Amino acid sequence: MATLVIEKLRKSFGPIEVLHGIDLSLQSGEMLVIVGASGCGKSTLLRLVAGLEEPTSGRIVLDGRDITTLDPSARDIAMVFQNYALYPHMSVFDNMAYGLRIRGLPKPEIQRRVHEAAALLGLEALLARKPRQLSGGQRQRVAMGRAIVREPKLFLFDEPLSNLDAKLRVSMRAEIRRLQRRLGVTSLYVTHDQVEAMTLGDRLLVLHLGLPVQLATPMEVFDRPANTYVAGFIGTPAMNLLDATLTAGGTAARLEGGMLLPFADGRREGADGRKLTVGIRPEHVRLEPGGVPLAIDLVEPLGSETVLLGRMPDETMLSVKVHGVWTGGERTEIAIPPASLHVFDAQSGLRLDPLR
Amino acid sequence: MERRTIFAGWKLPLLLVAPQLVLTIVFFYWPALVGGWESLTRTDAFGVHVLFVGLANFHDLFADPRYRAAILRTVEFCAAVTALSLGLGLILAVAADRELRGRDLYRVLMIWPYAVAPAVSAVLWILLLNPQIGFIGRFLASHGVNWDYALNGNQAMLMVILASAWKQVSYNFIFVLAGLQSIPKAVIEAARMDGARGWYRFRTVVLPLLSPTLFFLIIVDLVYAAFDTFGTIWAMTQGGPAMATETLVVKVYNDGVVNLDLGSSSAQSVVLMVGVVALTALQFRFIGRRSGT
Repeated sequence: MATLVIEKLRKSFGPIEVLHGIDLSLQSGEMLVIVGASGCGKSTLLRLVAGLEEPTSGRIVLDGRDITTLDPSARDIAMVFQNYALYPHMSVFDNMAYGLRIRGLPKPEIQRRVHEAAALLGLEALLARKPRQLSGGQRQRVAMGRAIVREPKLFLFDEPLSNLDAKLRVSMRAEIRRLQRRLGVTSLYVTHDQVEAMTLGDRLLVLHLGLPVQLATPMEVFDRPANTYVAGFIGTPAMNLLDATLTAGGTAARLEGGMLLPFADGRREGADGRKLTVGIRPEHVRLEPGGVPLAIDLVEPLGSETVLLGRMPDETMLSVKVHGVWTGGERTEIAIPPASLHVFDAQSGLRLDPLR
Repeated sequence: MERRTIFAGWKLPLLLVAPQLVLTIVFFYWPALVGGWESLTRTDAFGVHVLFVGLANFHDLFADPRYRAAILRTVEFCAAVTALSLGLGLILAVAADRELRGRDLYRVLMIWPYAVAPAVSAVLWILLLNPQIGFIGRFLASHGVNWDYALNGNQAMLMVILASAWKQVSYNFIFVLAGLQSIPKAVIEAARMDGARGWYRFRTVVLPLLSPTLFFLIIVDLVYAAFDTFGTIWAMTQGGPAMATETLVVKVYNDGVVNLDLGSSSAQSVVLMVGVVALTALQFRFIGRRSGT
């Protein structure tokens, strides 16, 4: 159990800065998920904490101790790699025991810890096998086991599920969450998969181009995205983002096509005519006879629900998620409920909250 | 069913493989067969009468203390060349595997010796080590070392080992470097996270993953030292002084071409051929077993 504090962490590779100052603070036992598209710097951040890369500036403090310049071997951090990174020439037992032997633990203690972790992960029958004799899911478990037996201060997960097939990914996801809760080890988890991010994290850090965009609970990130990037990144299908202008003394937005959307939660700052981006999640768009006509270009059945991609009269694209199978044909009429509206500044992309 | 044949009939395929086939038959099988036959014969001093003697040549060979000494000498020579060239290749490859300024230049320079012909490399070493004109030779002589490989057998042996190993370092370097680079970075990083440092990490993670490469190289180096060093040794010492550097291949040449004892020389060739076949079989078996799992 330990706290992790990251202060003003920056990293450049040559002339290119990939992390522009990250501040973070994790409570003991917390699981923080770092999420972002490829190239946003999330893996670099993790490798800096691991000690596999050296930061250009900033500080990393684990459990009150400054570890910024320590060798990875001295940090008391365990990491689960994307491709498992098991030692191919060692048995499952030896893979897990390797770090313990280096620490000079007595043999019975090593035995006890490895068997305990193996029992926890359902690996008891496989302890004598070599990694190449295991399936992907089993290898992932061994990699987890290798981290668990160390009883480290911090777990790092570097996209540990991305090499597994979809079904296994879901069950391993649940297993990781269960284990992390049970062991109570502070964890950093990197992923590009927003479903993993939503389901695993106590909190999310959304990274975009090396900058922290939002740090909040998953539901907060979903309900109140900090800017248009987060709004478009979290949630499937992605939120509709429509160009609009502020109007009616700041109490409504007018879409390019002329549709007026009054704000349910209050007035926004700025003069009439201020450029806005308004967001509406596809599942929040309602089908309403007599509403705005929508010409449907594409129907994507997902089983329990269906995504409709359509055009409004002014040719603006809009996606709509409806329950069940779509039988409505090529035209429909929709309404945008004011309570589900997200309002952003068009220029900065930042969320605009109502004035108090 | 997959169609595996591309050519109809057998005339065109035969024509296409003919050049290689002719080369192999003329330069490998034919001499080997002639050598095999000659190893069972004895020729008189004028080359007029050829007498079939069965295995007498082999019997004489293994009864000859000088031949047994040559075997021992060859084993020592091969072991020394292999250990030296593989050890150096390993050290240099580990050094070259890191992030290094001028890494590509370093790698190119490391590979150069391999492109030097054996006789040329022998001349290079003579120019360095000759007691009268060699840079190192004169340096040693001026510092009171009694250096003269033309008289001192141990010094001659040391010299041919050095020259032979030097040429093979490049080959080992390339393969070890390739082996090191095929070890996944994440595995090394996992070992670092597990707390393994320096030599311990190298010994417990890197070396085991490199062992197939090293085994392959040991066999290749042994074969190289036993056979391909003829040019180097012949150009430097002709097997002397007093047979101090006469390895088995050099002895084959000395006995057959210089002393014209064709029967014994052929018998020695046959013994060497059996040796190569054995080493190759060992290698194939090992590689076959690995890829089979």
